[in-house]
Amino acid sequence: MKQFEALTRKKDNQPVRYLIVDDSVFARKSLSKMIESFGGQLAGEAGDGCTAITEYARTKPDIVLMDITMPQMEGIEAVERIVQEHPDARVVMVSSVGYQDNILAALQKGARHFVQKPVKPEALYEIIRYVLNDDAASVPVGAGGENSR
Amino acid sequence: MRMDLIQPFIGSLDAVLAEMMKAPAEIADLAMLEEGYRRQGLAAIVVFQGQIEGRVVLDMEPRAAAQVAGFLSGGEVDPGEPIVSEAVCELANMVIGNAVTQLNDRGFQFKVFPPSILTEEQCAKAGHDSEATILSFNTPAGAVRLNIAMKYHGRRSRERTPLAVG
Repeated sequence: MKQFEALTRKKDNQPVRYLIVDDSVFARKSLSKMIESFGGQLAGEAGDGCTAITEYARTKPDIVLMDITMPQMEGIEAVERIVQEHPDARVVMVSSVGYQDNILAALQKGARHFVQKPVKPEALYEIIRYVLNDDAASVPVGAGGENSR
Repeated sequence: MRMDLIQPFIGSLDAVLAEMMKAPAEIADLAMLEEGYRRQGLAAIVVFQGQIEGRVVLDMEPRAAAQVAGFLSGGEVDPGEPIVSEAVCELANMVIGNAVTQLNDRGFQFKVFPPSILTEEQCAKAGHDSEATILSFNTPAGAVRLNIAMKYHGRRSRERTPLAVG
């Protein structure tokens, strides 16, 4: 997989930490590889919305990558509950079901962005940069920073 | 069955397989099925409810499923490994999710449930619920089939007559 300029947190120059929420083991694995290529760190994983809420509180990630269609509790409800408790939470919806009503509902509940599956690493990288905005810095690969691989 | 409901599934399967298998999928056959459905390989089912009700089964030859599993996991996967079924579910999620997105954006409103692996018992039941359309595709790694059974209820949201005011 292509290696991107590592995204780090400006405040402490540490890797951006991610929580991945998806009921598919493959989707979690695939996203996990992508965040590794972005120089990120996996803070936690969840297979449904309920677990996502507890994992968010436990791991306090910088970014949540959240599926929509999941058993027990769907992603949109999970976003709403996470953002209610943690208004600064940055949640990016990652789903194959990307119709306008769904995207709108997710954004209204507090999601920051949406990316449709199959996910292209370049698209996800740009979205994460956009969502992190001024809180992230990018370090060229091999630049010798804490995050370089 | 209405072709405008089926067309998004064809386009979506073609696009997703092209991404995962790095090869186009050619339509080999299109047939209507009124009898019991027999699973050919590894299959996943996705159910919808709303203005469109029904289900779609994605059925793949094990070699084709293993290739998708290899793409998703980033390594070689044997067709006999249990994770191959999980890969079929994820592929079904992408193909059907993308098609559902197109249908919703055209004004059809319905809810999609998470995919699950289709067991023999469910397979027998799925074949008796309604008339199904079977689309068969050829890929370099083997056949992929979509079994689509859907019923359409009511008009699309953009076809509804506005309420009279005053």
